[in-house]
Amino acid sequence: MEIPWDLILIQTVNGIVTGMILALVASGLTLIFGIMDVVNFAHGELFMLGAYMGVIVLTTTGSFWLALILASFIVALIGAALQVTTLRPLLGRDPLNTILATFGISLVLQNYALWQFGPVARKIQEPFTGQFTLFYLQYPWYRIVIAALSAAIIGGLYLFLKYGRYGIWIRATTQDRVMAQAMGIPVPWVHTAVFAIGAGMAAASGVLFGPLVGVSHIMGLDWVLKAFIVVVVGGMGNLGGSIAAAIFISLLEAYASIWVSPAQSVIVSSIVLILTLLFRPTGLFVPTPK
Amino acid sequence: MTQPGTATVPLVKVEDIHTYYGKSHILHGVSLEVGAGEVVGLLGRNGVGKSTTLKSIMGLVSPSEGKVTFQGQPITGQPPHKLARLGIGYVPEDRRIFKLLTVMENLRTGLDRAGVSDARKQALLDKVYAYFPVLAERRSQAGGTLSGGEQQMLAIARAMMLEPRIILLDEPTEGLMPRMVSQIRQIIEVLHKEGVAILLVEQNVPLTLEASQRIYFMEKGAVRHHAAASQLTVNDPVIHQYLGV
Amino acid sequence: MSKRHASIYWTGFTVITVLLVIAPLVLPEFWRRFLTEILIWGLLAMSSDLLIGYTGMVSFGHSAFFGLGMYGAAAAILTVRPPNIWLAILYGLGASAAVALFVAYFSTRLRDIYFAITTLIFSQIFYVIIFTWTEVTGGENGLTFSRPAFGIPGVWTVPFTSTTLHWFVLAFVTASYLILRRITQSPFGMVLQSIRENEARTRAIGYPVERYKIVAVMLSGLFAGLAGVLYAVQNRFAAPDFVYFLISGEAVIFNVMGGIGTLVGPIFGAAFFLLLREAFSRFLTEYYLIPVGVIFILMVIFLPQGLFGFAKRWLNR
Repeated sequence: MEIPWDLILIQTVNGIVTGMILALVASGLTLIFGIMDVVNFAHGELFMLGAYMGVIVLTTTGSFWLALILASFIVALIGAALQVTTLRPLLGRDPLNTILATFGISLVLQNYALWQFGPVARKIQEPFTGQFTLFYLQYPWYRIVIAALSAAIIGGLYLFLKYGRYGIWIRATTQDRVMAQAMGIPVPWVHTAVFAIGAGMAAASGVLFGPLVGVSHIMGLDWVLKAFIVVVVGGMGNLGGSIAAAIFISLLEAYASIWVSPAQSVIVSSIVLILTLLFRPTGLFVPTPK
Repeated sequence: MTQPGTATVPLVKVEDIHTYYGKSHILHGVSLEVGAGEVVGLLGRNGVGKSTTLKSIMGLVSPSEGKVTFQGQPITGQPPHKLARLGIGYVPEDRRIFKLLTVMENLRTGLDRAGVSDARKQALLDKVYAYFPVLAERRSQAGGTLSGGEQQMLAIARAMMLEPRIILLDEPTEGLMPRMVSQIRQIIEVLHKEGVAILLVEQNVPLTLEASQRIYFMEKGAVRHHAAASQLTVNDPVIHQYLGV
Repeated sequence: MSKRHASIYWTGFTVITVLLVIAPLVLPEFWRRFLTEILIWGLLAMSSDLLIGYTGMVSFGHSAFFGLGMYGAAAAILTVRPPNIWLAILYGLGASAAVALFVAYFSTRLRDIYFAITTLIFSQIFYVIIFTWTEVTGGENGLTFSRPAFGIPGVWTVPFTSTTLHWFVLAFVTASYLILRRITQSPFGMVLQSIRENEARTRAIGYPVERYKIVAVMLSGLFAGLAGVLYAVQNRFAAPDFVYFLISGEAVIFNVMGGIGTLVGPIFGAAFFLLLREAFSRFLTEYYLIPVGVIFILMVIFLPQGLFGFAKRWLNR
């Protein structure tokens, strides 16, 4: 069988681009889980809302950058509101409750989007056109920019966590919620802030991903599944692991879709998940606990 | 025996609290008080409810009955982060320092408060590094890499960052070498001189007798006896009654 | 169970069953079918309750069991002439049992969230396979077929009416309820509940927890598959939508609304949800899920024990 080098090359870059966006979505999810043990089923819908906000801002202002910033900000606020109203009352209860509550939220948001925007997919225009030569092929610029932006946002998060004043609060709360409170850290608000950050990141991914696919009310569903796979494979609560896992899985799927249909390449990530759970349940990129 | 602080409002007053863990009735009406600047000991066998009493004061568990007041204001069942800001420091039984944060970052969790000038923060840090030179050495190391004794120092130093009026100290000398135990003894003395009150839960009787002004004895979830430390010796039958096997 | 308790319980049971038997005779066609559907979804929810309420395992994999039940029945009806209802049931149960065994083998060694996510992923794997394997499964459009008649083909058959079909479904759902109740009250069921309460302790006592879990998943899968068969027979189609994980999500919603750990609660949960959906869709066409979703969220926060949660201990004695 002839090896399609062109395709492999293109798919490598595509895989990395998609991987970075997926990493952005998954980072928010793993952050939320790591700090408050909440499995946020509605994460895909926050992604979807971000994309729609992006569409609105883009059509009114014409600026992609404004769309990115405003969408992230607005959805972050929505996320904070959701956390305060529906998740705070559930603190201390069985984790099943938060899964169910966020599942309910995802249903409501999905149908709200359907109601407001209709079933037809929208398009976000690429921020700029133009291609460059990648070795001997043409590759669109904006995809590289999108990947770079995702990386920048994740990098920003990392720096914030490591060096920012509130970064210490977040890290302390993640490690020991009780002692963090005993040190005067207002843990309930830290939770809200982290949820908002996660939501904002999901929204940013939605805007960034918008030009690559259509924006529809169901775009969140597939992404939430993929994001969960990434989070589990990368190690729940492990930021670096999620990023590595996101790129790894995206690359595998990108290569797989050379030979099988995109719908079936989803099975690839599922298999990775199953293998991980069987052999390295704490995460593929996490050293197995001794 | 008159209790100091009966004329003025005690710093912390616990009145007849009952605390449950799920269905287990742990505290059956605990009452005690700590005056400003006092070192008060809380002795008793394992499992008698001493830690739970501290946790009930700190808001880590909520008493189902009874009242806790701080400087006369009711604080029963309030969330711990509010109490920390009011001026109650807590050093738990297993130290519980933030293992993945550096020593400096551990201290910063208490240091980064609103309304504290940079100069005052630096002064606090300098003071703590002077008392615990080993922490100064290891300031950039992750908390989890410290030895048991060093972690205990860090736990106490971290609480001091809050500039508390009272520190709840839960078994600070547990598992420590004698050299470290005497260091703890010195720290308690220093804090006492600075006017910080201490409620000291301990199994180490000689240390407690030396450091405290008054001692409460707990048994089966309640305070059963109360005496001035000066009137007790290590071989006292009271000690044997509440701590002997 | 005390004498007095038993008599109240069985009286209630008989009354409700009699009402359900009479209902199709007095209800208009639409509501007749609606009631039958409630029973079928109730059966799915009950099967899920065995795992969630009694074993403490939240599964999002029931759509796979349900869906494979549908397709199994479809396979029997389409490939074997003359179409035989008992064969359809057999094929459907076989398919869902096989899937349940497969899923159980891989996921039961995982706890809590990981189990939930894995079962969800499995649902999606089966969804993708069914969706894309168009030659066998009809792909996106699924399979349509005619309803097999009741009886033994070749000896005596009589076609179903909506009323007789309702009784047929009722018989199976009632039997399933009684069987599941027997199971939960048996020593086996007691072990399951012990696993729910404290898995580590159950294991420490010496029970092979994984094996119990696998059996629980398989039993759950069997009844979910049965629900799938009945649905296929009633509606005469099998479609990939029913393998999508949202169906599992709905089953879990029925459980929570009705009250987990009660077996009968989930049936009422299904009824409640379906009635709400029907009511709202009259006013709001497609967006009924918004108010229904909000109600669900409010129930999770304020009424987590569900409609029948207050009766949980009483129903299980």
